[in-house]
Amino acid sequence: MLNKLTAYELLEKLKKKEASVNNITTALSARIKETDPKVCAYVRLDQPGQINQCGLPISIKDNICTEGLNTECCSKILAGFKPPYDATVIKKLKSAGISIWPNKLNMDEFAFGSSTENSCFGPTRNPWNLDCVPGGSSGGSAAAVAADEAVWALGSDTGGSIRQPAAFCGVVGLKPTYGRVSRYGLIAFASSLDQIGPLTKDVRDNALLMSIISGHDEKDSTSADVAVPDYTQSLSGDIKGLKIGVPKEYFIEGIEPETRKIIEEAINKLKGLGAQVAPVSLPNSQYAVPVYYIIATAEASSNLARFDGDQYGLRKANIQNLIESYKQTRGEGFGQEAKRRILLGTFALSHGYYDAYYLRALKVRTLIKQDFDRVFSEFDCIVAPTSPTPAFNIGEKSADPLSMYLSDIYTISVNLAGIPAISLPCGLTKSGLPVGLQILAKPFAEETIFRASYAYEQSTEWHKIKPKL
Amino acid sequence: MEYEAVIGLEVHVQLKTQTKAFCNCRIEFGSPVNSLTCPVCLGLPGSLPVLNKTALDYAIKVGLALNCSVQEFTKFDRKHYYYPDLSKNYQISQYDLPVCKDGFLDIQVEGQTKRIRIKRAHLEEDAGKLIHEPDKSLLDLNRTGIPLLEIVSEPDIHSPQEAHEYLSDLKMIVEYLEASDCDMEKGTLRCDANISLRPKGAEELGTKTELKNMNSFKGVKDALVYEIQRQNNLLENGGKIIQQTLLWDPKESKTVVMRTKEEAKDYRYFPEPDLPPFIISQEKISQVKSSLPELPKEKLQRFVKEYGLLEYDAGILVSNKEKADYSEKCFCAWTDKNKKPVVNWLIGPLASIASSSNLEIQQTGVTAKNLAELVDLVENKNLVSHLTGKSVLEEMVASQKTAQEIIQEKNLAQISDEGALAKEIEAVVKGNAKSVEDFKAGKANALMFLVGQVMKRTGGKANPKVVQEILKRRLSNA
Amino acid sequence: MAISRETIEYVANLSRIQLGEDELKKFSDQLAAILDFIDKLKNADISNVSPTSHILPLSNILREDAPKESLSASQALANAPQERNNFYIVPKAIE
Repeated sequence: MLNKLTAYELLEKLKKKEASVNNITTALSARIKETDPKVCAYVRLDQPGQINQCGLPISIKDNICTEGLNTECCSKILAGFKPPYDATVIKKLKSAGISIWPNKLNMDEFAFGSSTENSCFGPTRNPWNLDCVPGGSSGGSAAAVAADEAVWALGSDTGGSIRQPAAFCGVVGLKPTYGRVSRYGLIAFASSLDQIGPLTKDVRDNALLMSIISGHDEKDSTSADVAVPDYTQSLSGDIKGLKIGVPKEYFIEGIEPETRKIIEEAINKLKGLGAQVAPVSLPNSQYAVPVYYIIATAEASSNLARFDGDQYGLRKANIQNLIESYKQTRGEGFGQEAKRRILLGTFALSHGYYDAYYLRALKVRTLIKQDFDRVFSEFDCIVAPTSPTPAFNIGEKSADPLSMYLSDIYTISVNLAGIPAISLPCGLTKSGLPVGLQILAKPFAEETIFRASYAYEQSTEWHKIKPKL
Repeated sequence: MEYEAVIGLEVHVQLKTQTKAFCNCRIEFGSPVNSLTCPVCLGLPGSLPVLNKTALDYAIKVGLALNCSVQEFTKFDRKHYYYPDLSKNYQISQYDLPVCKDGFLDIQVEGQTKRIRIKRAHLEEDAGKLIHEPDKSLLDLNRTGIPLLEIVSEPDIHSPQEAHEYLSDLKMIVEYLEASDCDMEKGTLRCDANISLRPKGAEELGTKTELKNMNSFKGVKDALVYEIQRQNNLLENGGKIIQQTLLWDPKESKTVVMRTKEEAKDYRYFPEPDLPPFIISQEKISQVKSSLPELPKEKLQRFVKEYGLLEYDAGILVSNKEKADYSEKCFCAWTDKNKKPVVNWLIGPLASIASSSNLEIQQTGVTAKNLAELVDLVENKNLVSHLTGKSVLEEMVASQKTAQEIIQEKNLAQISDEGALAKEIEAVVKGNAKSVEDFKAGKANALMFLVGQVMKRTGGKANPKVVQEILKRRLSNA
Repeated sequence: MAISRETIEYVANLSRIQLGEDELKKFSDQLAAILDFIDKLKNADISNVSPTSHILPLSNILREDAPKESLSASQALANAPQERNNFYIVPKAIE
């Protein structure tokens, strides 16, 4: 079955003319027809769209702009929005001969969430257990790759939205260094935290995709002018002498015992491969979640101010009164989580509260960054769990926003510090749910991450185990 | 009780860059509706801003010309409010670290120099244009994203006249720098005012009102005059000034309370995360400073010093850079040390001929060399009379020919040669015995009559001064 | 930190979001709980710490003042809920 292969394998087949693009897209379409009614990784399948036959396809999260293809962030307020332009990453993919799958992948509305339960199209289900969430907000991306409904996919990560779903679905997901990949065309959630990144079946595909989408973009003032290496050259499998730190704060409380055991086994594996592992401290970790929820919501409230029905998307037909029109459009167009975050963010920026909340959060962010700078001055990378638990049940946390926020505890600091991090599968719980191992490195050290992940992956079989759908 | 007006002016200058502040859309006045937009200035989801380097350069230039200190570290902030002409519902502006601050502009008030302090000058993006209909509004986003420089004065202005001087001087300086067209009618220069009254001599400021919609220099003056009067009357009658925004209605010549569009403004400023900060080095500032052209005041002083102009005349000729440059060329083409003759012709005849065609003196096509030639022929060589010279100049403008060519073609040369005039003068004297008698009897008019007769006989070509001299001598001898 | 109903209403108005009665109540409670949790930031020692607004040490990102092609009016208006003669039709905005 062609759709079960990795991108690398398929590209080899295409090169050797052992398969055609048509064969591949046919296999994918058939798979999607077969399993997506259960998984619901894709949205708007009732608007099929033309499948491009020019190259190996990739599937895209619904918040990355694709010219002429609906991009709605799975929100009612952007219903029908067709961008008149391609995101830079889309342009790069097209230049590399990759074609864009015409249907987009499900997500939490505007990337607000850790479970893909906040989509206006309904939740995506975890291919490993359909009663469980796939994680979020790039739940559709992770589930599609895990279910072989996509060869590979792009997601976005603001507080863990690539890594956590990758962990829950047993796939590989990388959040690049902030500025490594252009944000032009990514519908913004938190401008100082967002990054687009790859979700793939294995580390090699991830490195391959990263080499294509990375690079300086003159359209993005926050993109870094740093040369893009061929990341597939990092896949040596040799991590002898690699200095790895394990943050003690991540293992004190909150982590489920089974997850903890699996992670510890993975760390031992790395030791066995020759890495030097030692405990490290990230003392300001305890502040990461509150800092994030001020900065991210503040920036989100600002980025989402533009959705008012004047130029695109939903408009409640009361154009007699300006204020009413906006209030009703936004009141109806935004889901609960979106409203919650906009209210919180607006509050944090409002007169009288700015210093106590937003400004204070920016300062604590500096402390969190400094923690990582200190560790990386001595260590090559840090390993950690991606999530304190494996995938939880659909509906389990949706009533309590705070408990949902707290589940981001291991991923959030990474975005605040702007560093790269990957999640790759490192085990299955007794109930058959995947657990993800996170590897973090200093800015622009994706090569170190790929080297370490590849070494671990190739010494285990986790990446070969697929969910039974 | 005598009150003094305390006025602060907020001027928005639309910068004359080729492209918008944060995207590469062209700027062109009068373009078809919504034809100059892109994802960035439309504020489409996913779009990102990138600052136009020329906009920043202009901001630094204007700031330096206004004696501001240019900030070494400057950044942008988001200013949030909901309005249809603001595509992102926030404006990219500058809040606490504006690119320029603490400058001044010296104006002339009743012969005295008065310093108006400038609090700050910062960059921001313009909004779109709305056309209002009874039940809806129409939005054109061509203008959205055009770079603006907002220049805020301290409340150092104390009269509508001072405000007018400040605005004119500011406009002149910005035009000299070619940073903007400064056209209030086209909206490339906009002015809002804050105005309050306080008892003369008091230190504390009174409650201020904000004046908007003053769309011309005259409008600014009239609005201020009106509002000062209104506030004065209110206070004199024991009333209180309410802090509010007023719109100037030029048709009715009064201020009208603006219907409040929202409650107390909470703009929720925070640093623009999509734009890293800007560090302006001393080197850059020096480089821009040395590239500044000579500014109007400096040029005026130099005209007075180097060319001996009167301040008043120099003031007229430096009012815009092209005019000043042209005038200077004329001064240099006029080789005499005393430039007054050519200055008079620039300010007088040439200016009036030019304005009748809605032009300025430097736009008439008359080269400096040719003007100097004409002035020389009239003033020094007396080849034609002053009056004839004016028509020659008109013809020079119309045909772009030289003075010599025109005088020759039209045979306008005055006859100043005594020998050539002798015959006609004799004829007139012989034929007007009565007038001769009258003149000898002391009637000065009679002389002018005789001169007129000679002019008639020579078809206006005789040099009247020379004729007059000859007649005087002739009649006092006989 | 308790969030008064007035504060939620003020913030909702500032955000231009219409909230139903049940939403007002629910968000009051939830935001209060979240803000309580966020309050632990008060314990962080931020004396002598400067704020991080940009995580990368970038500065002076500028572009040339050179025109590029704009979208056509029809492209710009393709997503407009209502338009007329290439104008966006928007709610009555009073000056």
